[in-house]
Amino acid sequence: MYKYDEYDHQMVATRVEEFRDQVRRRISGELTEDQFKPLRLQNGLYLQLHAYMLRVAIPYGTLSGAQMHLLGDIADKYDRGYGHFTTRQNIQYNWIKLDQTPDALAELATVEMHAIQTSGNCIRNISSDQFAGAAADEIVDPRPYAELLRQWSSFHPEFLVLPRKFKICVIASETDRAAMRLHDIGIKIVRNDAGELGAQFYAGGGMGRTPMIAPMIRDFVPLDQLITFSEACLRVYNRYGRRDNKYKARIKILVHELGRDEYVRQVEEEFAHLLTQPIEPPLAELERIRAHFTDPAFDPSAPDDLDLSDPDFRLWVERNTTAHKQPGYVIATISLKPIGGIPGDASADQIRLMAQLGRDYSFDELRVTHAQNIVLPHVRKADLHTVWQALDGAGLATPNLDMVGDIIACPGLDYCSLANARSIPLAQKISQRFASPEKQAEIGELKVKISGCINACGHHHAGHIGILGVDKKGLENYQLSFGGSEGADTSLARITGPGFTEDGVVDAVEKATQVYLANKQGEERFLDTYRRIGMDPFKEAIYG
Amino acid sequence: MVEVQFRFRDDEAVNDPAVTVDSFADQSNATAVRIEPGDDARALLPALDRIALVEVNFPAWTDGRGYSSARILREAGYAGELRAVGDVVIDMLGHLRRCGFDAFAPDKPLNEADASAAWSRWDNVYQATAVDGRQPIWAKRHPA
Repeated sequence: MYKYDEYDHQMVATRVEEFRDQVRRRISGELTEDQFKPLRLQNGLYLQLHAYMLRVAIPYGTLSGAQMHLLGDIADKYDRGYGHFTTRQNIQYNWIKLDQTPDALAELATVEMHAIQTSGNCIRNISSDQFAGAAADEIVDPRPYAELLRQWSSFHPEFLVLPRKFKICVIASETDRAAMRLHDIGIKIVRNDAGELGAQFYAGGGMGRTPMIAPMIRDFVPLDQLITFSEACLRVYNRYGRRDNKYKARIKILVHELGRDEYVRQVEEEFAHLLTQPIEPPLAELERIRAHFTDPAFDPSAPDDLDLSDPDFRLWVERNTTAHKQPGYVIATISLKPIGGIPGDASADQIRLMAQLGRDYSFDELRVTHAQNIVLPHVRKADLHTVWQALDGAGLATPNLDMVGDIIACPGLDYCSLANARSIPLAQKISQRFASPEKQAEIGELKVKISGCINACGHHHAGHIGILGVDKKGLENYQLSFGGSEGADTSLARITGPGFTEDGVVDAVEKATQVYLANKQGEERFLDTYRRIGMDPFKEAIYG
Repeated sequence: MVEVQFRFRDDEAVNDPAVTVDSFADQSNATAVRIEPGDDARALLPALDRIALVEVNFPAWTDGRGYSSARILREAGYAGELRAVGDVVIDMLGHLRRCGFDAFAPDKPLNEADASAAWSRWDNVYQATAVDGRQPIWAKRHPA
């Protein structure tokens, strides 16, 4: 994985000092809260219902053991012994004290971590495929491109106060595991007919109140024009994105209002101009970054068989591991969704244990997924049982990846000042309703996603079953929708009808699974059956 | 008129009243023009050689359109004074410089010590803006 050089270290250290100075000016009263707010947001510091929340960047979701370990220590020292992994492949701490923030950031800097641009109206942390470098189906590892973009977007002077936040995702395989087309810019690394690598650009996707799937805006950008093209996309948005209404300020609205073709025309015009400016890093820089992402030293003679005689281990292997490109290895996903637990939460001890396992059994690498789980990307099959036992002993071996219990949920009204309804207790109730492993197995793959407000941090538009919490005359109410997906077959979920109470929505989800099981043909997943039979049979069962 | 608090030019300061972008085209004597956030800086390109001062107004520092306006003018070869006016705050100063601004007239004068820290904060930068004369980190990593 990427290692900082002296320049990267210096940039992060400078940022820590800049932020320390901003906090000093805030505490001394030189800055009002209104003036301080955009500044702290650009450094990942939110003011929530009860305390400050600090969001730490995990670029493209990749972490070393030492980084993960420190995240556990930060949870103990500056929070209440927990960290919360997010749908943006980051981690959040919910109980941070303002005056301690610069010190926490300084500690993070010792392991090459930071909170730069994890919020605010700027280019956010770049997300990517959590299986990058391990997946059998990727063309190349997408992370060098994400790292190149990370450096370009860090403190980019022209794009620090955009109309609204800006999220970029880079993938390099046909299977989209990162919801690429639901980003402001999605980039897919592809090969053209001549066999050359390039970047396919999508723009104007997003969730929020107006969910949109990004259209393709260019099928091939040569790698030595990647930054220049990105800059053209951003400049058109910075100049013409709406600033009169924050709910219409994302690039998706600009692309929608201009129309895809007109946006493309403007970007191409700006791109032609910017090509005359010496702003593109040389390919040698991409090569330098790529050298950090070579394969680890896989053992070519690692045995490829697994002893599955232990039924509990077998179940976990079936549910939570994925084929690796290297024989003898697997990708193991650690579910942070224990039955009745808070999705994405891990205790400091659990975080440090995962760090240790990453160090000892996964070439010192871990990943965070947008589904709020942790991945050990390169585990020898021969070590898998040992890893599982260690996870099991720490409550981290729930065998429910992509199943009904593997719920994505935003922090909701328990923490977030924007929320209209609680998400976490609802996730816990659904998880408990489907606690039986037999029931989960019968239902199979079913992605449930819950957002506590229309901003859609819980990705409810992309859920096979999506749930949106709303405020209805002072009462929490939940809207149910079906048929969303974030995969290569990206689709947006449709609302079923009138909303429910918290218990009512749990009942409705259960009824929906019954409709699925009664109608399922062959190997159909919930989503496939829904797409085939449509909304009506579900509606009848839920509202009938 | 608000005082220019910081200026990074050796030539004489221009104090002509700045006209709007819309009226600039009809006023062939005007040498100073003021860009509002919604204006298209490229409208000035045909007449760049007769402009001595461009003011870019930031009614709120959180509206970042002025950064693009500045860079567009510099990219087109504008060499006159480029002045940031309005809600100019300490934490913007370094970034404004990088986009080509060389004069600053904040509505509320800034603390000199804080400003001085802001000018000198970043020894290195990740990007080439091509208008700030700075060598980005990638160029230092790969000397020609």
